[in-house]
Amino acid sequence: MIKERYLNIFILALFVLIPAYALVVDEPFTITLMTRAAIFALAALGLNIALGYGGLVSFGHAVFFGLGGYAMGILAYHAQNYTPFMEWPFLIEGTKSMPIIWLVAVVISALAAFLIGVLSLRTSGVYFIMITLAFGQMFFFFSISWSEYGGEDGLSIYVRNGFPGLNTLDPIQFYTICFVILSVGLFFVHRLAQSPFGLALNAARQTPQRVVTVGLDPTRIKLIAFVISGAITGLAGALFADLNRFVSPSMFSWQLSGEIIIFIIIGGVGRLFGPVIGALVFVGLEHFLGGLSEFWHIYLGLLLLSIVLFGKGGVIGILAGREVKHG
Amino acid sequence: MVDAILSTRNITKSFGALKASDDVSINLYPGEIHAVIGPNGAGKSTLIAQICGTLKPDMGDVELLGRTITHDGPQQRAQMGLGRTFQISQLAMEDSVLQNVVLGALGASQKPWRFFQKALSDYALLSTAEDALKRVGLEDMQHMQTSELSHGQRRQLEVAIALTLRPEAFIMDEPMAGLGAEGSKRLTGFLDELRNEAPILLVEHDMDAVFALADRISVLVYGKVIASGTVDEIRSDKRVKEAYLGDAE
Repeated sequence: MIKERYLNIFILALFVLIPAYALVVDEPFTITLMTRAAIFALAALGLNIALGYGGLVSFGHAVFFGLGGYAMGILAYHAQNYTPFMEWPFLIEGTKSMPIIWLVAVVISALAAFLIGVLSLRTSGVYFIMITLAFGQMFFFFSISWSEYGGEDGLSIYVRNGFPGLNTLDPIQFYTICFVILSVGLFFVHRLAQSPFGLALNAARQTPQRVVTVGLDPTRIKLIAFVISGAITGLAGALFADLNRFVSPSMFSWQLSGEIIIFIIIGGVGRLFGPVIGALVFVGLEHFLGGLSEFWHIYLGLLLLSIVLFGKGGVIGILAGREVKHG
Repeated sequence: MVDAILSTRNITKSFGALKASDDVSINLYPGEIHAVIGPNGAGKSTLIAQICGTLKPDMGDVELLGRTITHDGPQQRAQMGLGRTFQISQLAMEDSVLQNVVLGALGASQKPWRFFQKALSDYALLSTAEDALKRVGLEDMQHMQTSELSHGQRRQLEVAIALTLRPEAFIMDEPMAGLGAEGSKRLTGFLDELRNEAPILLVEHDMDAVFALADRISVLVYGKVIASGTVDEIRSDKRVKEAYLGDAE
């Protein structure tokens, strides 16, 4: 068994060394693949707060991924057309500035997560899964019908948005932005899991009745976790849209919600680096097996099946064993 | 006469045709252990649920320190000073023993909205938690995972969590259940002292413990209090013998 910490450091090293190697041998496509992995990892890192730590199996996290994507798409669309987003009661113009777009993506996703959470957390178990799925479908069909922003065809953004001091069209520079955000996110979640809030959330997952008995509200704790979770996944959505310079309703699709769950299950539910490993494995399979066969999902299914049947802790569980608590 | 810390006033609760609580009035006075006994199905658990707020009585009120708390939820009642232990342990089994008690300290502090500092480096939380563990004798096991504890140790942990809340009254649902003779004796000694800190409403099947500890006993049969008094009064009460002790002996 490898110590989980060493495994985590190894994974982080891969995220540094692979793009560095690709840069040296001049393979920008590999850098783009790693960017994709980093962004998916961030999306799943967000979901892992709800699913792994809070026990909330959200089958609708594509809502936040899509909202982040459309926040970018809509703001950049207005900026490239020189039309304001709205004129009344306030004048809001489009923007091509990444930091502003990120802020908008995070705030909108957090608000949506709050509203969805308030309604969904009245249920639990299968009903929670279904209600979050229903919200996902609502956003999906709404985006299809919103013809002003491309409807089914989506929105193309011609030039990647800007970040002060960087050339974001250079793959390695855009990758660096994504990797730094992922690292900050990992550090934040690492601290969150050990914080008083994390302790209460952990207990609320295992025994809500105990949390009530010490005078805390487990539903409110789960709600805040859901909001933080949605905000992080929303930020990933904004980055994903910028990677592709394109947003479409598929960012809201239930398939995407399912894929984010799959990342976590492959990597390890409730483990800090579970989402990162899962996203890396997924993007790797998608690239290598996808090159061999159109039906590469069959192999993904086999992998998922064997992990669920034989190694419940995901890749981290298999390599590093059950989590050791240092109470 | 001293005011009661906790009282139920004529509470009644029916499930269909079954009266689970029938006009139950029980007082818990400072410094006492008040035991509630009764055969299976007498309505003891229903009574506890109404006192702790997970069930609402159809009629009647629950009062804590003179305030009516009938309409407050279990979480508010915990904040107001009801410390509860469960018949079936409610613990975060995947967490360490210490983390479970720190959760209690966190509830007592009412400051769970801290996202960035380490809970187990917080001096105030830790000292409250470690004090409570020491008092129940679990301090050597604080780093064990809770699922590794024996049944009796889990009961002790339940009590430790209740201690962190510094409650005005303890509600204990069969704390002796499943404890060996030795563990039962230790807990009896501990509760004997604890009553000076806050009175205890004790629902218990272990008659030796009840007779050793209780200042007063109320006997519940079919949702009704059929007798209430000191240990000697209850022992010699004819109705109690018929309804309950007679069956047992």
